[in-house]
Amino acid sequence: MSGRRIVVTSGKGGVGKTTTTANLGATLAKRGHRVILIDADIGLRNLDLVLGLEKRIVFDVVEVAEGRCQLRQALIKDKRFGDLLSILPAAQTRDKDAITEEQFANIVKQAAEIADYVFIDCPAGIEAGFRNAIAGADEAIVVTTPEVSAIRDADRVIGKVAEKNIPIRLIVNRLRPEMVRTGDMLSVEDVCEILSAELIGVVPDDEEVIDTTNRGEPIALDEANKLRVVYEKIARRLEGELVPFTNFDNQGFFGRLLGVLKAG
Amino acid sequence: MIEFFRKLFAPTNSSQTAKERLRLVLMTDHLSLAPDMIEQMKRDFIDVIAKYVEVDRDKIEINFEQQDKALAMLANVPILAVNRNGGGGDGGKKREEPATVEAAAATGSTGSTATPALPRRRRRKKSAPPAVAPSNASPAPAG
Ligand SMILES: Nc1ncnc2c1ncn2[C@@H]1O[C@H](COP(=O)(O)OP(=O)(O)OP(=O)(O)O)[C@@H](O)[C@H]1O
Ligand SMILES: [Mg+2]
Repeated sequence: MSGRRIVVTSGKGGVGKTTTTANLGATLAKRGHRVILIDADIGLRNLDLVLGLEKRIVFDVVEVAEGRCQLRQALIKDKRFGDLLSILPAAQTRDKDAITEEQFANIVKQAAEIADYVFIDCPAGIEAGFRNAIAGADEAIVVTTPEVSAIRDADRVIGKVAEKNIPIRLIVNRLRPEMVRTGDMLSVEDVCEILSAELIGVVPDDEEVIDTTNRGEPIALDEANKLRVVYEKIARRLEGELVPFTNFDNQGFFGRLLGVLKAG
Repeated sequence: MIEFFRKLFAPTNSSQTAKERLRLVLMTDHLSLAPDMIEQMKRDFIDVIAKYVEVDRDKIEINFEQQDKALAMLANVPILAVNRNGGGGDGGKKREEPATVEAAAATGSTGSTATPALPRRRRRKKSAPPAVAPSNASPAPAG
């Protein structure tokens, strides 16, 4: 039985694809699934660093594609997760066109044979790197922040991914509930409505993310971290559980009252 | 009264502006990403007009323009002849000075004219018009 192949993409850079891939992958591994994370950002390798595995890299995805090593040899197993989590690093010194869509899709397929979840950390943009990253996927998670440019780019990416006819779900990252309450930030509801996309998670903007990234320690390992439950909820939704969304972002009662008044 | 409440509880509301702007820019994006559909729509549109008056097909101009709060389709259609009996299509042979029909259809709540079929390259749960907030809106999702 083959595992799920999920690409994490966004269009715009820096909205949190790598952070999401790392922490969601780690959370699923913590929950007992076999998880492989593939860094598709060739030339701008980062996933290894975010997870604190950068010192253990031997081979990379391009070398696997070129047949210079086996996939198993290139996978870095994360001992903190009892080897349930492993990553396939991107090549740091190659170009995006060092690998073809077919080669990439083939690697993803191979990975899915030995994992329950394969996540592909997509590079920003909609060029070759993006096409590679979505080539082997059968599901997509689009990450966006509640900002106009990120949302516009997410819309573009959703259009591109939709051509592949695979399910697309949305993560709204870096939400600041207090700004939403004062009407200074688009609400999760607004973002979903604008993008007509199904929501799978909301991650608040939080310094803890930067802190854990600095240390290379996934949030899933930090029992005390308040964001742990956030990624857990997303993981459970991915597993198919119906987890209710906490209403921590809306304009609250008056916001809704206003909505009603405006509607007349 | 409503204004009073709105000002009281939502003093800046740049998110509302963001939403409006995004709605428009995404429509424009979708239009520019569907050139074939636009061409087909133009042809269909002209065919409809030509059923009633004789038009100068070569001089027709149809453009999309972002107006204040709506995306508008602006059509400039030079008319060569009007069939005296009405209807009858391009057949009206009585030549007159070309008159011009200006058709404008705008999206959004402002226009009373017909809303043009905008390209939807994928399923939409709700249609675009903004000001009409669904009164039975489901509670905001978040998690
Ligand atoms: N929820 C969050 N709260 C606070 N900071 C965050 C959050 N998510 C991401 N960040 C920070 O934003 C920055 C960019 O995140 P990340 O590298 O995951 O984005 P990306 O989409 O992978 O970027 P790129 O397009 O360059 O690959 C990082 O410094 C990260 O720590
Ligand atoms: Mg990244």
